Amino acid sequence: MTLNIAIIIPFIAAALIPLIYKKIPKFHIGWFAIIVSVVLFIYLARYIPSIANGNVIENTVHWIPAYGINFTAYLDGLSLILALLITGVGSLVILYSIFYLSSKESLGHFYTYLMLFMGAMLGVVLSDNMMVLYVFWELTSISSFLLIAFWYQRKRSRDGARKSLLITVAGGFAMLVGFIMIYSMTGTWSIREVIGLVSEFSNHALFIPAMILVLLGAFTKSAQFPFHIWLPDAMEAPTPVSAYLHSATMVKAGIYLVARFTPIFGGEVSWFWLVTGVGIFTLFWGSFNAVRQTDLKALLAYSTISQLGMIMSMFGMGSAALHFGYTVESTFYTQATFAALFHLVNHSTFKGALFMVVGIVDHEVGTRDIRRLGGLITLMPITFTFATIGSFSMAGLPLFNGFLSKEMFFTAALNISEAGFFSLDTWGVLIPIIAWVASIFTFVYSMIIVFQTFLGPYQEEKLEHPAHEPPIGMLVAPGILALLVVGLFFVPNLLGDYLLRPAMASIFPTLSGEELGVPIYAWHGWESPELWMTVGVVIIGALLYIYRKYWTGVYRLFPEKWSFNVFYSFILDWMEERSTAITNNYMTGYLRDYLVYIYLFFIVAIGGTILYTGAYSFDISGNAPITTFEAIIAIVMMIAAISILFAKSRLTAILINSILGFGVAAFFVLFRAPDLALTQLIVETVTTVLFLVAYYFLPEWQKEDVPRRSRNVNIVISILVGVVFTVIALAVQNGRLFETISGYFENSYELAGGKNIVNAILGDFRAFDTMLEVVVLLIAGIGVYTFIKLKAKKEDEHFEDQ
Amino acid sequence: MKINNVILRTVAKIVVFIILTLATYLFLAGHNSPGGGFIGGLVLASALVLLFIVYDIETVQKAIPVDFKKVAAFGAFLSVGTGFGALIFDVPFLSQSFAYFNLPFFGETELTTVTIFEAGVALVVVGVVVTIILSISEDV
Repeated sequence: MTLNIAIIIPFIAAALIPLIYKKIPKFHIGWFAIIVSVVLFIYLARYIPSIANGNVIENTVHWIPAYGINFTAYLDGLSLILALLITGVGSLVILYSIFYLSSKESLGHFYTYLMLFMGAMLGVVLSDNMMVLYVFWELTSISSFLLIAFWYQRKRSRDGARKSLLITVAGGFAMLVGFIMIYSMTGTWSIREVIGLVSEFSNHALFIPAMILVLLGAFTKSAQFPFHIWLPDAMEAPTPVSAYLHSATMVKAGIYLVARFTPIFGGEVSWFWLVTGVGIFTLFWGSFNAVRQTDLKALLAYSTISQLGMIMSMFGMGSAALHFGYTVESTFYTQATFAALFHLVNHSTFKGALFMVVGIVDHEVGTRDIRRLGGLITLMPITFTFATIGSFSMAGLPLFNGFLSKEMFFTAALNISEAGFFSLDTWGVLIPIIAWVASIFTFVYSMIIVFQTFLGPYQEEKLEHPAHEPPIGMLVAPGILALLVVGLFFVPNLLGDYLLRPAMASIFPTLSGEELGVPIYAWHGWESPELWMTVGVVIIGALLYIYRKYWTGVYRLFPEKWSFNVFYSFILDWMEERSTAITNNYMTGYLRDYLVYIYLFFIVAIGGTILYTGAYSFDISGNAPITTFEAIIAIVMMIAAISILFAKSRLTAILINSILGFGVAAFFVLFRAPDLALTQLIVETVTTVLFLVAYYFLPEWQKEDVPRRSRNVNIVISILVGVVFTVIALAVQNGRLFETISGYFENSYELAGGKNIVNAILGDFRAFDTMLEVVVLLIAGIGVYTFIKLKAKKEDEHFEDQ
Repeated sequence: MKINNVILRTVAKIVVFIILTLATYLFLAGHNSPGGGFIGGLVLASALVLLFIVYDIETVQKAIPVDFKKVAAFGAFLSVGTGFGALIFDVPFLSQSFAYFNLPFFGETELTTVTIFEAGVALVVVGVVVTIILSISEDV
C-alpha cells in the first residue's frame, strides 16, 4: 500500500505547489519539491537490503478489476535501480535548479511539472500492469513536453517540445497496440503473469508484431536511431530539465522497457538483432555526430543518444542468454546485461554532472558555444574539475566508473561476436568493431568538452559576462555526482551486490538458480584484449582530437538536406497542408451544411443498419393500446412541431419548441416515470431560459432566401430522418438480441441500500459513467466560460514570437 | 431596460424559497424515491436563474457572493474524490457503501457514501448551469 502511495505523493505535491507558491511568495518553492524527492529517495533506499536478499514488494489497488486493470505497484531489483535514480538524481537536480533559475521565472509551473514528471516516471518503473504503465508512460511524455516548452516565448522551445511529443507519443501509441496484442494472446495485463505464460505463445501470429510495436515505444522514448532527432531539440529546455529528464531518467524508460520485456521476448533472434543492431548503430551515429557539434548542450545530447544506444545494445546481447534456456553457457552471455545495468547507473552519474557543468558555464558566461569559450580553467577551477571527472569517465579512462563499464562492454561485444548462433558467425565480428570505432569518437568529443571549454585562450570579449565560479549551491549537486563517479570506480562491487545482482534476477527469472552477475574488476591482466582496445581508443582518439581539423571534412558527406530532421519537417508540413486543404473543403461555415452532414450520416449509418439487419419488419401487435390522453398530447406536439416552420418571430419559435419538450414530460407522467418527468421539465425550463439569453445576441430573424434545390434536399433529409427515427422507436421493442440484465438491478435495496433503482444505477452500479459525465459537464462549462470571457488580448501577441 | 414588476418580485421572493426547499427535498429523497443529485442540482440552478431574471445580475451576485466556477470544480472534485476514497478502504475504485445508524432526532437513518457522490453531481450541475447562463448574459 505504501508503495502505491509513494507513486501518488509527487502528484499530490504537484497539486499543492501552485497553492503554496501563491500563498507564501517569500518561500522558494523548490525547497518544498526537494523535501518530497528526498523523502521518497530515503523511503525507497530502505528497501535495498530486503531486495538484495531476493524479496519483492508488491501491492495491488483494485481499479477496474472487471477488465483486469489494477494499480499494481511492484518493486524488484530492476525497478529499484530506476526508482532510486529518479528520486536521487531528482533531488540533486532540484537542488541545482533552485540556484539555476531566477526567481522571476514562473517557478510554480516549473516545479509542478517536475513533480508531475517524477510521479509519472515512478509509475512507469513501479507498475506491473501494462495498461497502468502505458498511462504513466504517456504522462512522462506530456510532462516532458511542458518542461521543454517552459520558455514558451521562444519559437525553438515550442518546436522542440512539439517534436518530442509527436515522436514519443506516436511510439507510445505503438506500444499500447503491442500491449493489447500481448493481452489478446495471454489474457492478462500483468507483466509478471505474461512472463509466466509466454512460452506457450511464442509461435503465435501476433508474437512478432507485438514485439516490434513494444520496441517502437522503447526506441522512440530512448531516442534510438532514427527516432533520435527529438533529443537534440529537447535541449531547449532549462538545463536542470535536460540533466534530469533527457539524460538521467526519462530517456532510460525505453531501456527499462527493453529490460522488463527481455524475459518475454528475449531469446528470439529478431529481438536480439533489433535491440543490438539499433543500439550499436545509435552508439556509432550519436558519437560520430557529437564531434561536429559546437553547442555544448547539443554535443551532450548526441552523446546521450550514443550512450543510450550502447546500453540498449548490451541489453540486446544479454538477451541471447535466453536462447538456450538454462545452461552454464547461457549465464555467460548475461554478463552483457550486467554491464548494461552498471553503465545505466554510471551514465546517470557522469552525464548528470556534465549537464550541470554545462549549465553552470552557460549561467555564468552566457554562452555554450565552444567557439567562444576557452581558458576557463583558472577562473572556474572547481567547475573544471567536475567537467574533467565527468568527461574522462564518459571517455572510459581509468580512475572513473565509465572505465569499468566500458571494459565490460568490450568484453560483452567480443563474447557475442564469437557465439555461433543467430548467424553471428558471419555478422558478429562487426559488433566489436563498431563498438570500438564509436568509442574512439566518444573519446574525441569528451576531450572537446574539457579542452575546448577550459583550456586555450580566454576571450572575454566574446562572452556576455566575465567568468567566475557560480554560487556554492550550484556546485553541490554536480559535486556529489562527481564523487559518485570516482567512488564507484573503487567500490563497484558494492553497487553490484546490492543493486545490480537483484536486478539481474528480475531480468532473467528463469536463470535465477545460477549466480548471475560477475565481480567487477578494474584490472584484467596484460593479455586481456579489452585493455588493448582501451589503449587503442586513447591513442587513436588523441590523434584524431589533435588533428581534427584535417578530417572533419568528412561531415560534408552527410549534408543537412538528407537528414531525418528535414524528413520530419517535410512530413509535418505536408500533413498540415493536406489537412488544412481537406478541412477547408467541408468546413464551409454554414450551419446548414453541418446539419446536412450530421443527418446524412445518421440516415446512412442507422437507416442502413436497419435495412441490412431487416429490423424494419417489426411487429407492433403486442404493444399496449393508445389511450385518449396520449393521443391528445401526441396531436398537440405534432401541431406544435409543424407550426414552428411557420413562426413569424424567433421568440415564437423558441416558445413553440418548448411545447415539444413539455409534451415529452407529459408523456413521462402518463407512463408513470416521475424521475424522468421531473428531469425533463426542469431541463426544458432551463434550456428555454438559455435560449432566451442567447436570443439577445442573434441577428434579426428574416425569411431565408434558400434556392429551390437545397430546399428540396432539406425536405428529403427531414423526412428521412423522421422515418428512421420512427422505425427505430417502433422496432426497438422487437429484437431481443441479448439477455436482459435488469434483474440484477432489482436487488438494489440489498446491494446499494436504495429503493430508487434509477438512482442506484446512476450513483452506485454504474457510477463510473456518472462520474465521467460530471467531469465532462464541468469541462463543457469551463469551455463556454473561456470562450466568452478570456478573449486573447492584442498586446500578448508579439510576446509569443521571440 | 427597467421594468417595474413589483408583483413578479414579490412572488419570486417567496417562490424561490419554495423551490430551494424542493431542491433540498429532491436531493435527499433521491435514494428511495424520485429525485437525486442531478435533478436536485437542476432545481437549485433554476431557482437561481429565476432570481437572475427577476432581479438583475449585479444585485443577485451581491447577495450571493459565490464563484460558481469554483462550485462546479469543487463538485467534480467531490465526485471523483469519493472514487479515490474507496481505494483507501481497499475496495475497487468508486465502490459505494451504506449503513443504518440510530441518530438522535431522526431515528434510524440510512447514511450512504452515495450522498457525497451525488452532492458532487449536484454542485457541478448548479455551478455549470449558472456559469454558462451568467457568462452568456454578461457578454454584451
